Amino acid sequence: MSITATAVHAAAAGATGLSKVYGEGETRVVALDQVSVEFRRGEFTAIMGPSGSGKSTLMHCMAGLDTATAGSTRIGGTELVGLADKALTRLRRDHIGFVFQAFNLLPTLNALENITLPMDIAGRKVDQAWLDRVVDTVGLSGRLTHRPSQLSGGQQQRVACARALAGKPDIVFADEPTGNLDSRSGGEILSFLRNSVRELGQTVVMVTHDPVAASYADRVIFLADGRLVDELTMPTADSVLDRMRRFDAKGRTS
Amino acid sequence: MYRTALRNVLAHKARLLMTILAVLLGTAFVAGTLVFTDTLGSALKSQNAKSYTDIAVTVSDPDSARSIYGSGSTSSDGAALTEDVRRRIAALPGTADARGVVSGFAGIADQHGKLIGDGFSTTGTNYVPGPDGKDARYPLVEGRGPSGPGEVVLDSRTAGKGGFKVGDTVRVAVNGPVMQLKLTGIVHTNDPRVSAGGSLAAFDTATAQSLYLSPGRFSQVDVKSRPGTDDNALLTQVKATLPGGDFGAETGRQLADEQDRMIAEATKGMSQVLLAFAGISLFVGIFIIANTFTMLVAQRTKELALLRAVGASRKQITRSVLAEAVLIGGIASAAGLLAGTGIAAGLQWLMTSVMDTGLPDGPLVIAPATVLTAVATGVLVTVAAAWLPARRASRISPVAAMSSGDQPATQKSLLLRNSVGGVLALLGLGALAAGSASKSSGLLAAGAAVVLLGIFVLTPLLSRPLIGLFTPLLRRLYGTPGKLARENALRNPRRTAATASALTIGVTLITGLTVIGASVNQAVDKASATDVSADYTVAMANFSPLAPEVATQIAKTPGVTASSVERTVSVKVGDDTRWLTGVNADSIGSLVTLTAREGSVDALKQGQLLVSQDYAAREGMKLGDTLAVTYPDGSAGRLTVGGVLAKDGGTTGLIAPDALIAPHSKPAGSPAGATAGLDKVLVKAANGPTGQLRQALTDATGGNPLITVKDQQDIRDESRQMITAVLNIMYGLLGMSVVVAVLGVVNTMAMSVFERRREIGMLRAIGLDRRGVRQTVRLESLLISLLGGVLGIGLGILIAWAAGGLMRSSLPGLTLVVPPLQVLGFLFGAALIGLLAALWPARRAARLDILDSIKAA
Repeated sequence: MSITATAVHAAAAGATGLSKVYGEGETRVVALDQVSVEFRRGEFTAIMGPSGSGKSTLMHCMAGLDTATAGSTRIGGTELVGLADKALTRLRRDHIGFVFQAFNLLPTLNALENITLPMDIAGRKVDQAWLDRVVDTVGLSGRLTHRPSQLSGGQQQRVACARALAGKPDIVFADEPTGNLDSRSGGEILSFLRNSVRELGQTVVMVTHDPVAASYADRVIFLADGRLVDELTMPTADSVLDRMRRFDAKGRTS
Repeated sequence: MYRTALRNVLAHKARLLMTILAVLLGTAFVAGTLVFTDTLGSALKSQNAKSYTDIAVTVSDPDSARSIYGSGSTSSDGAALTEDVRRRIAALPGTADARGVVSGFAGIADQHGKLIGDGFSTTGTNYVPGPDGKDARYPLVEGRGPSGPGEVVLDSRTAGKGGFKVGDTVRVAVNGPVMQLKLTGIVHTNDPRVSAGGSLAAFDTATAQSLYLSPGRFSQVDVKSRPGTDDNALLTQVKATLPGGDFGAETGRQLADEQDRMIAEATKGMSQVLLAFAGISLFVGIFIIANTFTMLVAQRTKELALLRAVGASRKQITRSVLAEAVLIGGIASAAGLLAGTGIAAGLQWLMTSVMDTGLPDGPLVIAPATVLTAVATGVLVTVAAAWLPARRASRISPVAAMSSGDQPATQKSLLLRNSVGGVLALLGLGALAAGSASKSSGLLAAGAAVVLLGIFVLTPLLSRPLIGLFTPLLRRLYGTPGKLARENALRNPRRTAATASALTIGVTLITGLTVIGASVNQAVDKASATDVSADYTVAMANFSPLAPEVATQIAKTPGVTASSVERTVSVKVGDDTRWLTGVNADSIGSLVTLTAREGSVDALKQGQLLVSQDYAAREGMKLGDTLAVTYPDGSAGRLTVGGVLAKDGGTTGLIAPDALIAPHSKPAGSPAGATAGLDKVLVKAANGPTGQLRQALTDATGGNPLITVKDQQDIRDESRQMITAVLNIMYGLLGMSVVVAVLGVVNTMAMSVFERRREIGMLRAIGLDRRGVRQTVRLESLLISLLGGVLGIGLGILIAWAAGGLMRSSLPGLTLVVPPLQVLGFLFGAALIGLLAALWPARRAARLDILDSIKAA
């Protein structure tokens, strides 16, 4: 009893028996097959797997952007399955942060306005001290009045990270956040995400196919064919790469 | 390349829908106008042809027409169409029959004493019994023809309206007291004037002659030829028979042709007016088409760059975009042609079957020219509007295919555009100021046009401050969606401007017309309040002259303290014809405000003339001038100008004492004591306008239904009603351009939503709910529409001001009146349009799938 309670409390998000099926009949594709997973508070988790393994689908279902076919997903103590669109929207707004591969900033707003957008939408007051800290951490202090078009790709993605964190969400989902960046800018973003976990106590879940990116995480979980197949703690780029090679080998032999 | 064009049109069906609709509406308007006016023209012509089939030659006496319709001016050559002339024509070898026709106005009163039909087409004529005692032109439905002064026949329509049966007593009036006549028969007639809402009363010939002309005289003789006689040969014979004089003799064919030409002119005039409004709709459509193609090209930048990369030339790209335009224009015009024909058919059905307009029915006429015009207009407008976007498309560099293309290509600077617009606006304002100072109507008109153009060019620049005007309110009310809406409305000033401008055109014209209408109303009110102090004006409903006896009757009516005639008499001064307005010298001062600028108003009492300042200036007259005049009766007289009247008076022109000119107002040979008809009689009452006095005045006129007794309020109301009616027609015609503008807003919003779907997906992901998305789209649309509305209202007032300057010479005292409620109403209407136009795009935006949108390229 006490163990379960602690588990629920310790997990920022989790899924139990999560399945996602697209299409029907001959075109039926099982993207997720009975996945159960937990993302602990204050941990940086990477989700890895080959293309089509279901890693993005897992993230989308857990973040309330997509609905599961079966099973349940939770953010904090809230069960997502069965939530209406309105409640899901509010949940995303107040409890989840997003970082997308293609920065996805509003070109009409400047950097600061983009960062505070979720709070503006919610009509919530910005926690100025926290915001300063976030902006400081991503190193954007001098560029807050710039429009996205005046920023480099790396800077834009840092704005996106700051936006994800500014509302002190329960969890941040990052979908291939370094996919559109060169390796130096990518490294900066990854360091920043790790720092936000280590220093700001945030929870980050990142989908990636890059072993180097995954090595920044505290834990890596591996998906293949919609199933959770393995997990590594304190990964290094090499250990992740090794694990990935085994997928390839298996893919070639089977 | 043309295959790409076709594929593109097919692929973007939904996105092109609004463009197609815009072109469709414009061409439907054009086609509808042409088909309707052609159909109406052909129906009128075929009706016309029927009414002349029996007439080989017709001879008319212009003098007779003048003595009935005009104001006493005749050529006084003494020649007349007498019974003798008719007999001689009838005796010609080619003549089968010569019918002497008398015609004029005859008002028929219904059971309540009110006029049946409208005053302008109340026809009176003579009944000409043939050998069988019946008139073939007016076949009897029941009863018998009239014989003797106490009898009359009516057309069946009028008899039906008045509820008259054969044997009833009917009250009929010509221009004097009403006559009580016995209805002896009801006839059928095809006379278009009657079917168009008039009435027909036929008397026996002698009665008609004494009512309208003088005994033994006809207005017209219609000649029927014997079989085998050539009309032109008969015409020559008839002409030879006529006594010397000013007669019009024509064959029935010529007459029909003449009528046809008049019908053609009338329908052409109508079609030109309608086409002007269709042109406005098409012009509005240009903004939408240009906008659509600009957006399509921007959205397809990568695709077009790829085509360039694989070897397509610039020309090919331009041609492919233009081919799309031709295709869209063609499809839309074809549909527009169909829709227009449908509208014309519906309109014809409505006018001939539902409303009692009396217009003839006929087959729908779809001329080849109509088809060609509609399709060519639609295609040309579309291609012209797509020209610039097509050129822009060809300038896309092949490298653009490789770039990530996150955003449409960067905006070209507005510097050039703003400079051009600024120069135009300044030039226009300068011309307006100069025109206003120098009272030059040409400068005013040109200035207004140039300012209008300048503002259109400057709209992108103006969009920021004007949209900024509404922003604080939006943010207060709607928070983030309000802010996002503002930013979205401002992010592409050209697109916003083009969309708003489409609406601006309609709002400008509607506001302009409304302001002009309100200004004219006020000027009329002011004039009637300050210039005219008469309580009642008595006149004929059809503006034909009033019998002089009416004035005598009115003067005798109890409760009338003063009354004056207004009688127009034409006199010759040398070779010039001048019109004198005769008024009662003693009483006119208490009926109309007359202020002398020079000389004295009392000069009138000494038998001298008064002249209004404008007239004096125009004709170069001054105080003390003496005019040597020749009156209609041939006698001569000398008149001295005894006063020049200040502006803004109730009367204009040359004013003379009636007592002096009335005795000479009829041509020589008229019965002794006869005077010309009156324009009107002005009445001042002891106790102001009362219902009692109105009844007394009506009684004094013998209850003639054609005579109207109006107080000042009636006159003001009439002017107001006329203006309102004209405005309503204009609003209706301009409505089409507003509808097209609404399509434009829908189009822009739908395209914007499509372009920004990634942003919308992101906003949804980070927590903007569907309602917020909907609000964002709606508020942007609202802002764009308000921009169009505000600019339109401003420009409309400007144009009304300029037009007021042009009208001030004919309507002194005209000042600019901006009716606040209506203008606010237009602004509100623009806002409503914005919200309505956004309904569908906003719904689509809110329903976008988050993940699909985020992943969208």
